[in-house]
Amino acid sequence: MSKVQLEVHYLTRVEGHGNIVIDAADGELKRCELQVVETPRFFEAMLRGRPYTEASHITSRICGICSVGHATTSLQATEAALGVIPSEQTQLLRKLNFLGEVLDSHILHIYMLVAPDFVGTGSVFPLAKSHPHVVLRALRMKKLAGDLCAVIGGRHTHPITMCVGGFTHLPGNRELEEIRARLEAMREDVTATVELFKSLTFPPFERVTEYVALRKPDEYTFIGGTITSTDKFELPVSDYREVTNEYLSPHSTAKHTRHHRDSYMVGALARFNVNYDRLHPRAQEAASALGLKPTCANPYLNSAAQVVEIVHCAEEAIALIDALLKRGIEPEAPKRVEVHAGEGVGACEAPRGTLYHHYRVGDDGRITGANCIIPTGQNLANIEADMRALVPTILNRPQDEISLGLEMLVRAYDPCISCATHMLDVRFE
Amino acid sequence: MSRPKVAFFDFTSCEGCQLTVVDTLQTHPELLDAVEIVQFREAMTEKGEDYQIAFVEGSCARKSDEERLARIRQQAQIVVALGACAHLGGINAIRNRLPLEAVVNCVYNENGDWSETHPYGRPRLSDRLINVEPTAKPIEAIITVDAILPGCPIDREEFARVTRQLLQGSQPRVPDYPLCVECKFKENVCLFQRGQVCLGPVIRAGCGAICPTYGESCEGCRGPISNPNMDSMQSVLAEAGLTADDLLSRFSMFGTYQMMKLE
Ligand code: SF4
Ligand code: SF4
Ligand code: SF4
Repeated sequence: MSKVQLEVHYLTRVEGHGNIVIDAADGELKRCELQVVETPRFFEAMLRGRPYTEASHITSRICGICSVGHATTSLQATEAALGVIPSEQTQLLRKLNFLGEVLDSHILHIYMLVAPDFVGTGSVFPLAKSHPHVVLRALRMKKLAGDLCAVIGGRHTHPITMCVGGFTHLPGNRELEEIRARLEAMREDVTATVELFKSLTFPPFERVTEYVALRKPDEYTFIGGTITSTDKFELPVSDYREVTNEYLSPHSTAKHTRHHRDSYMVGALARFNVNYDRLHPRAQEAASALGLKPTCANPYLNSAAQVVEIVHCAEEAIALIDALLKRGIEPEAPKRVEVHAGEGVGACEAPRGTLYHHYRVGDDGRITGANCIIPTGQNLANIEADMRALVPTILNRPQDEISLGLEMLVRAYDPCISCATHMLDVRFE
Repeated sequence: MSRPKVAFFDFTSCEGCQLTVVDTLQTHPELLDAVEIVQFREAMTEKGEDYQIAFVEGSCARKSDEERLARIRQQAQIVVALGACAHLGGINAIRNRLPLEAVVNCVYNENGDWSETHPYGRPRLSDRLINVEPTAKPIEAIITVDAILPGCPIDREEFARVTRQLLQGSQPRVPDYPLCVECKFKENVCLFQRGQVCLGPVIRAGCGAICPTYGESCEGCRGPISNPNMDSMQSVLAEAGLTADDLLSRFSMFGTYQMMKLE
């Protein structure tokens, strides 16, 4: 039988840089790796010695796509360390901003990064000519999500207004009403998105793994909760290291993680599997339309779970704006902070999965230690386990097809490799 | 006439500037019509090596980055630094103050204080330092840059304007006067009056003073103007009861590379 040696260098249409390396002969898989080759950026080192007020501004720069996720998680960690409890209004606004980013990130991913695979083009740009209505719809939705983030954060990428204890600037009723009206009008586009993804055939691959997500009793949570897994355990976020168990893999600059099994999965599909019962009814309807049921073990369907979350987030954002408008935006200043030494952990469900920030703050309010655990880092081991299960079943296909199948698998996880690489550099051939 | 070929490259960055480009192209479709994008890893599979304009995002942090930058310079007629990482070194340069070993140990602590052991055994420190340079640098430290797009992230309208100017063959201009000018135009209350340190007096305008407008003082992501008026800066600080250290501490968020060069 033939020998397959495959190297996909500079995986495109993912955030950050990754390579896939497959080496197989006579149906036997010798090597199967997802290499992360992004330059480490050392955020944990950057934070040392910086004032606590800067932490969220620095860490939002870990990733341009999930900057709100990083900023929010960072603020949670700092507030936990300093004993600051943000007001209800602050919490509602943070949630709304977060929903905007999940929408933005998912829309970008499913339309611009995943859809071209199904149409057989190398990027979204040719789709603008061949499928203009689809691209225009994606752009409309994405613009709204970005505008929602900007109304609260002051800017689409790297929020300005979010600070320890609250916000430096609050949105006006009128801005919120305008976004609400546009979200209502977007329902049609959301439905069309579900229809589009209903019509696509995802590769029929399954591999059961452990799914981990935050969970709360009363909502489909994105900010905070209890770490919960489909292997039936629950942990407070302060014990996160029992789950993430970081270790290093020799061919990757990103930290890998493992829990009970060799690997686990975080992200939209994990949240769906763990928190299906907390989804908005319309999102549950969308799930059944897409043929998605918990516990779903097909990683390619992470993209479908993202579509379900788009439905959920759009509905939740409307409900949140209603709640905010009903209370009326109070012109409140950020909570006062009594600076003292402390330690705290923050955890959020960023678009790509559970994100942890853990800080120590000194007496002078400067950060003395920091640890950030990023979703893609948690998923890397699981992606490789999927590749090892998948490759033998498709080895007899032409190399192009194997390569595309694997690239699509990696892309389905929506990996944000620039985030995952807050780590060190390991040599590989 | 054929459309100019444009390529986007990323080095050590968060890719937020590239995303801002994607956002801008959505609202300025005429730009997409005016150029041919031959390489944009974040958004497309195709890779063309034949380009005239190169937009470079990210800092230079490895030896291999230097070679790649040199190749880009050789091919492109125009190289644009896209965002603070490329333009200044930016956030990435914060670590330059610490020796590389200490930096690596912060992330993967030798004492195992913050990270657990792993099944492959702990790699030797020397293995972990391969390729990474002790300083993250702006691309200008390696190659000649023809135009800059400052900011973290870049400003959308400025990207559209600079790109148009490049396509018309004129030298793009970004403001070289202090942010305070824009801030006063917006009639913001000066944050020094609230006891905050704002870098506005010495930082390049062009973002519409977006941070002070949203209640946060300027962090200096667009970099210093060419001729900062240090005297007036001193007096602003003194009036607010602040010191030069307060200012430098804030400046070091995006300006560590520039500060270390002056020392
Ligand atoms: S300048 Fe800022 S937004 Fe742009 S790539 Fe660098 S960190 Fe990201
Ligand atoms: S807030 Fe900052 S930018 Fe605005 S006027 Fe004051 S110093 Fe200048
Ligand atoms: S106000 Fe300052 S920190 Fe904010 S975007 Fe402008 S230059 Fe950057």
